[in-house]
Amino acid sequence: MTSLPIATPQALPADWRDLFALTKPRVMSLVVFTGLAGMLAAPAMPPLAIGFTAILCIALGAGAAGALNQWYEADLDALMRRTASRPLPAGRMDRQTALHFGIGLAAFSVVLMDVAANHLAALLLAVSILFYVLVYTVWLKRRTAQNIVIGGAAGAFPPVIGWVAATGELAPLPLILFAIIFLWTPPHFWALSLFVRSDYAAAKVPMLPVTAGLAATRRQIFLYSLPMAAAAVAPWPLALAGTLYGLAAAALSAGFVVMAGLVLANRATEPAGMRPEKRLFGYSVIYLFALFAALVADRWIGA
Amino acid sequence: MTEHEQEVLRRQRERSRLLAWLLGGFVILLFLVTVAKIGLNR
Repeated sequence: MTSLPIATPQALPADWRDLFALTKPRVMSLVVFTGLAGMLAAPAMPPLAIGFTAILCIALGAGAAGALNQWYEADLDALMRRTASRPLPAGRMDRQTALHFGIGLAAFSVVLMDVAANHLAALLLAVSILFYVLVYTVWLKRRTAQNIVIGGAAGAFPPVIGWVAATGELAPLPLILFAIIFLWTPPHFWALSLFVRSDYAAAKVPMLPVTAGLAATRRQIFLYSLPMAAAAVAPWPLALAGTLYGLAAAALSAGFVVMAGLVLANRATEPAGMRPEKRLFGYSVIYLFALFAALVADRWIGA
Repeated sequence: MTEHEQEVLRRQRERSRLLAWLLGGFVILLFLVTVAKIGLNR
């Protein structure tokens, strides 16, 4: 890691907007949504105050992981166009502030989850933060092209935490929800990394398109979309969800596989020709939102 | 007071105000969670 400028005595205190940006609010919105869906899909609903606090803790935990990720990766972010304007690489905040903010937020979210919900939910939240920061950010990201395959597990925790916060125990359905996000993450990120490959190459991040090439990445995207689709539909035949969810999951997943097939067929080597990749990336976000919304709708109105 | 010092003061005030609101919200949240937990244990 190259060292970044540390704030001088003349430096301004960090603006709260930059502290907010450190939490990766856009990623947080997906995390909050899947966590909420996990909670709403559970057979028991906690009191409103406890449910709200648990979701808040999931959001704060995700924000803490995002802040610690940006603290550690400030040197990488400075090398990539997509991330160069973040508070740390742009020099709007010193690294120590980001570190203290991230650790404080992580500790606060876990303790509050323990107080409001239960020990298991707090433990899972702590594991998800540590997994994202230590396993993905520190250990895997700069070392292997499998970084997001294994690291993707961190993003798969929220629906499980939401479920456990509501019920106090694990069950087959949240584990399938975990599997869906785990299998969704590689095609989602590889689609993005195809058209920002030059950024990752410049920063020497071993993303699959950089290490294995475009064709291999497109093949992997398609191959991962198949078990992902199977996992998405699985709750229906396993009688863990109803017809409403099953039909929605089948239609949404078919769309995903078709789009992954279009990516597989694409031969473009420059971002300008990567429309299928850009479309798959956009669709993958909508897919996850829609899938979890269908699960909640099935539980509440389709039963 | 220089322009720089004024900006430092402005940011400090802004953060202090935000922190006060967040602490107030936290107290209310903790109160509501406590009430909910008491209700669950009845």
